[in-house]
Amino acid sequence: MKAIVSVFAKDSKGITAYVTTLLAENEINILDISQTLMQEYFAMIMLVDLADCKLPFDALSQQLKDKGMERGLDIHVQRQDIFEAMHRI
Amino acid sequence: MSYLINSSEILQTIEMIDQQHLDVRTVTMGINLLDCADRDMDVCCRRVYDKICTLADKLVETGCAIEREFGIPIVNKRISVSPISLVAAACEQDDYVPLAKTLDKAAKAVGVNFIGGFSALAHKGFTKSDLRLINSIPRALTETELVCSSVNVASTRAGINMDAVALMGRIVRQTADIDPMGCAKLVVFANAVEDNPFMAGAFHGVGEPECVINVGVSGPGVVAHALKACKGEPFDVVAETVKKTAFKITRMGQLVAQEASRRLGVPFGVVDLSLAPTPAVGDSVAEILEIMGLEKCGGHGTTAALALLNDAVKKGGVMASSHVGGLSGAFIPVSEDAGMISAVECGALSIDKLEAMTCVCSVGLDMIAVPGDTAEEVISAIIADEAAIGMVNNKTTAVRLIPAKGKTVGDRIDFGGLLGSAPVMPLRSGSPAEFVARGGRIPAPLHSLKN
Repeated sequence: MKAIVSVFAKDSKGITAYVTTLLAENEINILDISQTLMQEYFAMIMLVDLADCKLPFDALSQQLKDKGMERGLDIHVQRQDIFEAMHRI
Repeated sequence: MSYLINSSEILQTIEMIDQQHLDVRTVTMGINLLDCADRDMDVCCRRVYDKICTLADKLVETGCAIEREFGIPIVNKRISVSPISLVAAACEQDDYVPLAKTLDKAAKAVGVNFIGGFSALAHKGFTKSDLRLINSIPRALTETELVCSSVNVASTRAGINMDAVALMGRIVRQTADIDPMGCAKLVVFANAVEDNPFMAGAFHGVGEPECVINVGVSGPGVVAHALKACKGEPFDVVAETVKKTAFKITRMGQLVAQEASRRLGVPFGVVDLSLAPTPAVGDSVAEILEIMGLEKCGGHGTTAALALLNDAVKKGGVMASSHVGGLSGAFIPVSEDAGMISAVECGALSIDKLEAMTCVCSVGLDMIAVPGDTAEEVISAIIADEAAIGMVNNKTTAVRLIPAKGKTVGDRIDFGGLLGSAPVMPLRSGSPAEFVARGGRIPAPLHSLKN
């Protein structure tokens, strides 16, 4: 299953490293990544493949949320289908 | 970003959900209960309870799982059942309150927040069972928490059953005398639809399959946000913007509907394309009308603005879903819309203007608090006016009035949660008692003869 991981936070050093490490620990492959700065806010969007992920979706979502909060990051994981449904005919 | 989706689109979706209150308003499971009929009320109740608990066992759990995986809130998980006047017709008992209590118990057991279908279809006349059900409504709604009731009193094909209109005025009055909250769960319809997923008017019609999933989408906040970006543009641009936004909202509803249908093993029925407001700031239909350029919702121009909105939502949504149905249009419940409440409180929005607005949107006089001493014949006459609009214009109309016990114009009544709170609105003076007392049927209009 493919999913979109989105990360929002005030910009600081090491956000990408921190999040990608979390993903790697769960055997999640990053297929694509993009990041932008909106004023002083950092937004990172990753397309990931959950095929080898060790955790069930709910647990992964919760873990990313909790681990994100520890560093002041707002991390969401959502199935890719919702974006495709909304923006592609 | 490759893989077809770019990051601005992803950010737009996330922003719609996080900041513009985008959600799926309801996933409603329709359940046929006609096979639960029995002469013995206890047996009937047991069958009803068992059937609902078996079919809807996983409804809430599945809804929550979809919500988490897609990151889209599904605000309500609900059940609609066959009109209880049909289910209970074989029972040898006049009092249908036990069935209402059974529905309430089953709804609580499976964890849904409303169950609709304590209903009767009496647009041409009453069956014995319709009368028994209607007379049970005041107790049924005040002795249960989650049961919703509706009665269809008119249709374009049959005309208006004025006996039912008179009776429903009395029933609304009696319900309010016990507890005004009961009236928030009671809808009087003209041209009721069989696949409406929204409460309080949902029931599972006789033409529906055994079990079905209907989904109601929402998103006034998203439409409002999109329209803010086209200030001063002509209406062509406004209509196009609403259409594009409605398309996106509906695609999401369709996705959730298909996913729920697949996981539950229940066929998908329809997506209801309605803009349903909530009391939250920024989730208001009135606000959309004001963004179109009206100083306050309810002023001159409001009906035209609502007509455009209602039509554009349908045009945008219809291509996004494989099956569209239900009520499909903008809702204008006063208590559930912060902008409507504010418009009433400053005197801009009157019941007459609301009535005019119901000619061009999907429902009717919805969640309107009226003085606690409003006479039953006045309530009946209001129902008759709405039913006439529905009958003549070939559309669904409804009345959900709340006579606010012990309160008068200027007071406010609180319902809590999604039902919000409503300022008590003034009504016209002059008694319609003699008009309502005539009874009989108002004949169907000429254009009902289409064959």
